[in-house]
Amino acid sequence: MSLARRIIPCLDINKGRVVKGVRFEDIRDAGDPVEIARRYDAEGADELVFLDITASHERRDTLYPVVEQVASEISIPLTVGGGVRSPNDVRRLLRSGADKVSINTSAVENPEVVREASDLYGKQCIVVAIDAKRVNRRKEEPRWNVFTHGGRKDSGLDAVEWAQRMVAEGAGELLLTSMDRDGTRSGFDLELTRAISDTVSVPIIASGGVGRLEDLEDGLAVGKADAVLAASIFHFREYTVGEAKDFLAERGLPMRR
Amino acid sequence: MATIGVIDYGMGNLHSLTRALERVAPSHRVELSYDPDRLIKADRLVLPGVGGVRHCMAELERLELTDFVREQLGAVPLMGICLGMQVLLEYSEENNGVDALGVFPGRVCRFPDPPPLSPAQDFRRKVPHMGWNRVEFTQDHPLTRNIAQDSWFYFVHSYYARPQFEDHVLGTTEYGEHFCSMLLRDKVFATQFHPEKSGRNGLQMLVNFVNWDGDV
Repeated sequence: MSLARRIIPCLDINKGRVVKGVRFEDIRDAGDPVEIARRYDAEGADELVFLDITASHERRDTLYPVVEQVASEISIPLTVGGGVRSPNDVRRLLRSGADKVSINTSAVENPEVVREASDLYGKQCIVVAIDAKRVNRRKEEPRWNVFTHGGRKDSGLDAVEWAQRMVAEGAGELLLTSMDRDGTRSGFDLELTRAISDTVSVPIIASGGVGRLEDLEDGLAVGKADAVLAASIFHFREYTVGEAKDFLAERGLPMRR
Repeated sequence: MATIGVIDYGMGNLHSLTRALERVAPSHRVELSYDPDRLIKADRLVLPGVGGVRHCMAELERLELTDFVREQLGAVPLMGICLGMQVLLEYSEENNGVDALGVFPGRVCRFPDPPPLSPAQDFRRKVPHMGWNRVEFTQDHPLTRNIAQDSWFYFVHSYYARPQFEDHVLGTTEYGEHFCSMLLRDKVFATQFHPEKSGRNGLQMLVNFVNWDGDV
């Protein structure tokens, strides 16, 4: 099987600028999205994800021109998410140059959005982002619920069932974030990744918790993710994407180099 | 100034494609249009495509582009990308079966859904086939010039072309089975992958297309 596993750096965007910091907290300006996107492309990133964290009332005016500029500069796929509410939002992002659009909270509030956008634009460009958090008691079988609003609100939905439902509604890919691990740098929630990757037919991007290159390897080899997303290890230049790929290739994982 | 006509039938993201063409062909004008009267003046054509085949064919019909595309074949070089490749075959299984343009004898089939993961397996073949995969060129051709054999290209699709004739195949890719990832017949060329999203190799392929006079 020669399909490469993918490494996807994720950039948080606030008012058109890249920001660093553990999600939503301690946000600092980290530079120009075009410049950073170009660097990751040159390092060998397989795709890029932009997550717009701008407060909703200012969002649209700042995001579209950035997507447009970045899309013009890179020749790898670009996924954009954050505050996508309607098929019209999807259309505008695609027209600005996004290759895929990620839908999160609004999929939970109104699953029809996923169905409609998928029917209109094709499932290949619809990513459903799932923020999952463990809810089982100690010594119980692991269970995860879907959280929305940046991880603040429990939807009460079972994450594994929700993943299957979203694929049935037309998601072409799932971006799966462990809220328990996000920002901890202690590795992916491998049980969660595996539980979902095993039960759905579409590719899974694992996210949340990467602190070392071994974590990427575990996400792919143990969690069976098709792609791994990481932010801080690349932002803070602990590793380049190229170094991560060399490491994973040495461990026997197929990488595009 | 030579013109590259990008056939815009309304769906999908043509931004990265037109930008990539502008980058590799600064001496060309890239014209995005759904109007056959304008497209007929182009020196070469690109037929992009994302989404479903039924909608794609319906839009091509509505805009009177199906006859246009058939009539242009042989006149100027044409490149189909992704769904723009699939509609060049006779028939697609997608959307309960749709008749397509029939430039290449053969059909378009779906990858089977992956079986549940068995403990012995280390990877499940997911559908869509999404990501970077290798292309083996099966002919020596100007369109593959300066690109290494087995280079990586970016794919995203659930259906694939099964042309009837082996000599129309320009490249293959392995995903559970070997499938046809590049087609060529006379001046018609098509790729299942997205050259505009495939980094340096993809840009080189667009350069090759722009420099191709349509001969073997």
